[in-house]
Amino acid sequence: MISFSAVSKRYPGGQQGLQEISFTLEPGEFVFVAGRSGAGKSTLLKLIPAIERPSAGTVLVNGQNVGALRRAAVPYLRRNLGLVFQNQRLLYDRSVYDNVALPLAFSDHSPREAERRARAALDKVGLLGRERARPVQLSGGEQQRLAIARAVVNRPSILVADEPTANLDIESARSILEIFVAFNQVGVTVLIATHDEALIEGCGRRVLRLSAGRLQP
Amino acid sequence: MIRSWIRQHRRAFAHSLAKLVAHKSTMLLNALVIGVALALPAGGYALLASLESLTVRLAPEPQLSLYLKGDAARAQIDAISVKLRSDARIAGWRFVSRGEALAALRATEGLAEVVAALGENPLPDAFVVRAKATAPEALEVLARDLQQLPAVDQVQRDSAWVRRLAAITATGRIATGVIALLLSVGLVAVTFNSIRLQILTHAEEIEVSRLIGATDGYIARPFYYLGLVQGALGGLVALGILAGALAALNVGVRNLAAAYGSAFELGFPGFGDAAGLLGFAALLGWLGAYLSVSVHLRRTP
Ligand SMILES: Nc1ncnc2c1ncn2[C@@H]1O[C@H](COP(=O)(O)OP(=O)(O)OP(=O)(O)O)[C@@H](O)[C@H]1O
Ligand SMILES: [Mg+2]
Repeated sequence: MISFSAVSKRYPGGQQGLQEISFTLEPGEFVFVAGRSGAGKSTLLKLIPAIERPSAGTVLVNGQNVGALRRAAVPYLRRNLGLVFQNQRLLYDRSVYDNVALPLAFSDHSPREAERRARAALDKVGLLGRERARPVQLSGGEQQRLAIARAVVNRPSILVADEPTANLDIESARSILEIFVAFNQVGVTVLIATHDEALIEGCGRRVLRLSAGRLQP
Repeated sequence: MIRSWIRQHRRAFAHSLAKLVAHKSTMLLNALVIGVALALPAGGYALLASLESLTVRLAPEPQLSLYLKGDAARAQIDAISVKLRSDARIAGWRFVSRGEALAALRATEGLAEVVAALGENPLPDAFVVRAKATAPEALEVLARDLQQLPAVDQVQRDSAWVRRLAAITATGRIATGVIALLLSVGLVAVTFNSIRLQILTHAEEIEVSRLIGATDGYIARPFYYLGLVQGALGGLVALGILAGALAALNVGVRNLAAAYGSAFELGFPGFGDAAGLLGFAALLGWLGAYLSVSVHLRRTP
């Protein structure tokens, strides 16, 4: 469960990221965060894994007040979340396999179990067989899939994705969306930020609309 | 719990070895710098240890030798005996006739031929005097008084050169210690900088790892190992340089010692000392890495 109550975020430079945001996400929900560029979508998503901290209000993730989390506790919060970043943040000097296996290195699995999970994650996004490739040898859509595979490799109960379909044609974007729908069908809570209205329309899911840092009714 | 902890460390160690291999020319160069720098004080200690074993073998005693004039008469020798017996500062004394001295010389390792070549006995009669006091000043005064006795040609403080050698080695020890300290600081700085470069090279990986749940400890560990291994490699290089240098020096030292009929040579550091050097080098590497990580890896996300 994710719950924001009266959350505001003002950046150190004075920019207002979010103002008085309140909403609740039930377990197993599939929700879009929509809004124009600069509306505050990324800011909202970054508050969940404590990449940013709220200036006011509380953010609860699975009952934990993540805004007040000690620095040492943050890694353990993040391990239980699947995160897809707006600029993907892949390691371009590593193989596809190494990228997917990265989160497994610091959660405690035997090498055999780690390999099984990495291959399973690659399989779910349709990249099995490309383990040895470098990210630059993948298309934009395949790189997005790789970022998703890395996010789900630890089997999180919550998936948070920032613009996972950016710069893709509508067909590729839909097939990426299919992946998230498949995870949601097995009970994973999904939160996706996008400015792509066409993508949202065909889905019939709950949408949180942001405009200049405020939630539209 | 313990098993996962061991696994984490093994993984970090493997990780750092992989980095070491990936940047092997830089790392080997660093190890070489560390090794050369460590070889200097380590060599100093090895030389001093050899010299000290020499001074221990010739331990200083509060002893004076009174060499008599060649024409000293029997009566004069007896007069000196009486004087020595009545001097409260003297613990004991022994008369060594020129004949006894020559016999002792002949028995000395490597000198038999020299004595044989001499023909006639050039040695004087002598008294060997053991003083009660050991303080250099007291011995100095006693030597001056004994010098005044009739028929005494020369008073020699036998242990003077041994004491001089001991003073030299003591000074050498301090100098080597200072050099070792300065170079250790230098080595920590070398490691500090090389780990800083490694952290910069892996900045993206570190940042991404943090974003997806790596702890500070997990991120720091491979760098600690990197410093440790680099330092230990430097220690190995130092031992190699030391062994080579001592072997080369010993060729000359052995010839020199043989000329004095001695089998003296410079000793190689024992297993304990070698292990100590390796451990010390590894510790310096770890320290450099620890400081570097503390400075460069603590950016709050
Ligand atoms: N690190 C930051 N420091 C200062 N201001 C920031 C920072 N990140 C975002 N902002 C500001 O906060 C506001 C919201 O930015 P945010 O990145 O959340 O928008 P967004 O909806 O994700 O936009 P986009 O669709 O372009 O990704 C903007 O005005 C932006 O300039
Ligand atoms: Mg954004």
